[in-house]
Amino acid sequence: MHFSLNFSPLLPYWPVFLEGAWLTLKMTTVAVFFGVIVGTLVAFAKRGRSRVISRLCAIYIESVRNTPFLVQIFILYFGLASLGIRMPTFAAAALAMIINIGAYSAEIIRAGLEAVPRGQIEAAECLGLSRWRIGWHVMLQPSIEKVYPALTSQFVLMMQASAIASQISAEELTATANTVQSDTFRSLETYIVVALLYLALSLLIKLVAWAVGEYAFKRRRVLRLAAARAGRPVSDSRGLDAVVRGGAA
Amino acid sequence: MIGGFTTAHLLYLVQSIWWTLVLSALAFVLGSIGGFAIMLARISPRRWLRRTALVYIEAIQGIPLLILLFIVYFGLSVYGFQVPALVAAGLALMVYTSAYLGDIWRGCIEAMPKPQWEAAECLSLSRWQTLRLVIIPQAMRLALPPTVGFLVQVIKMTSLASVIGFVELTRAGQIIDNSIFQPFLVFGLVGAFYFILCYPLSRWSQSMESKLNVGNR
Repeated sequence: MHFSLNFSPLLPYWPVFLEGAWLTLKMTTVAVFFGVIVGTLVAFAKRGRSRVISRLCAIYIESVRNTPFLVQIFILYFGLASLGIRMPTFAAAALAMIINIGAYSAEIIRAGLEAVPRGQIEAAECLGLSRWRIGWHVMLQPSIEKVYPALTSQFVLMMQASAIASQISAEELTATANTVQSDTFRSLETYIVVALLYLALSLLIKLVAWAVGEYAFKRRRVLRLAAARAGRPVSDSRGLDAVVRGGAA
Repeated sequence: MIGGFTTAHLLYLVQSIWWTLVLSALAFVLGSIGGFAIMLARISPRRWLRRTALVYIEAIQGIPLLILLFIVYFGLSVYGFQVPALVAAGLALMVYTSAYLGDIWRGCIEAMPKPQWEAAECLSLSRWQTLRLVIIPQAMRLALPPTVGFLVQVIKMTSLASVIGFVELTRAGQIIDNSIFQPFLVFGLVGAFYFILCYPLSRWSQSMESKLNVGNR
């Protein structure tokens, strides 16, 4: 059987594709924003003094990390609906993503917190900094900077995992693809276009993450500037990047 | 008529775990072969080969597995190959897995100290001999924890094969849920089964990692 790719029937659908991509981006942004907040709180709570809380945090992290996202989203959407709690698909998908990314980023941030040298915290205590200021200035900021590459690759994975939300018919990019292909019968072409759109979104997220990193981590800029003045190349220490490899799936 | 959850349902779920394992094994073995080739290409002395492998890795890592599954599934059928869902899912997972494994292993190979290569050259080992006898045996120790960690991802990824109709654990859960409508129970159970499969592997990977990192801390 002869078959040739023909993309022209898809042309009229480009606003639909763009709308889907926009929704995917919106969902990812919401999930990343709240997910990182949840992750930070959980990371601190897991290191905290209370054993009960730290055990609970461990259970949350491990149960999310060791089950597929698809099953999580089913439990959340269909499970809660069967208990009488109904929510729109967008909310369900975003909530599932927040829960998912919260666990992964908690684990990543915890690894960063663990890498803060004990002496620095003691030094901060000697200087009379309050517990909150130690937590923010001495522990959280440097560790976020250290694990930033791992975090951003987790965000990209999360954006891709949002494709799974199409299974509860949240109208994001993959779901629009399913609609378009059943309209046009051009399934292969549709999914190729969508794959390219996802690729573009991945690049966009990486680019934004890089720009945010440049802006937020002043130390890095200063170091690079100083190194450039001295005529030395900067040695990029990326120790933790390889250690904490996540995956949303 | 909506019935309750019976032992027959439970048995059906447990049986479907087998297919999840089969698909995971298939994906992992095929993906390892592909990943090894990608890794070799990534560290090749030929520039175009390195570039091609890099583009492949970046492209695959930027596309969701779900979309890859659809492309392989529809792509094969549109060109007239009617393959079982297992084959389509296996192929898509292979493509996806090979990109990630290739990247992980390249990192491990590149972490080997340069003098190892130079010493092997002094012993007049060929490039392939150096890799096979000197570099890879040492890099394996480094590669094992992330590879096992990635195996957990592979097991979780197989849940997506349910979308193209392959009956593994998640799909079996959906089928049961469609007949008795107790999603909380059914999917909770499915999640628990995945947890039982994945958690020991995660722990193993973590413990190996902390053993390896003793020097670094």
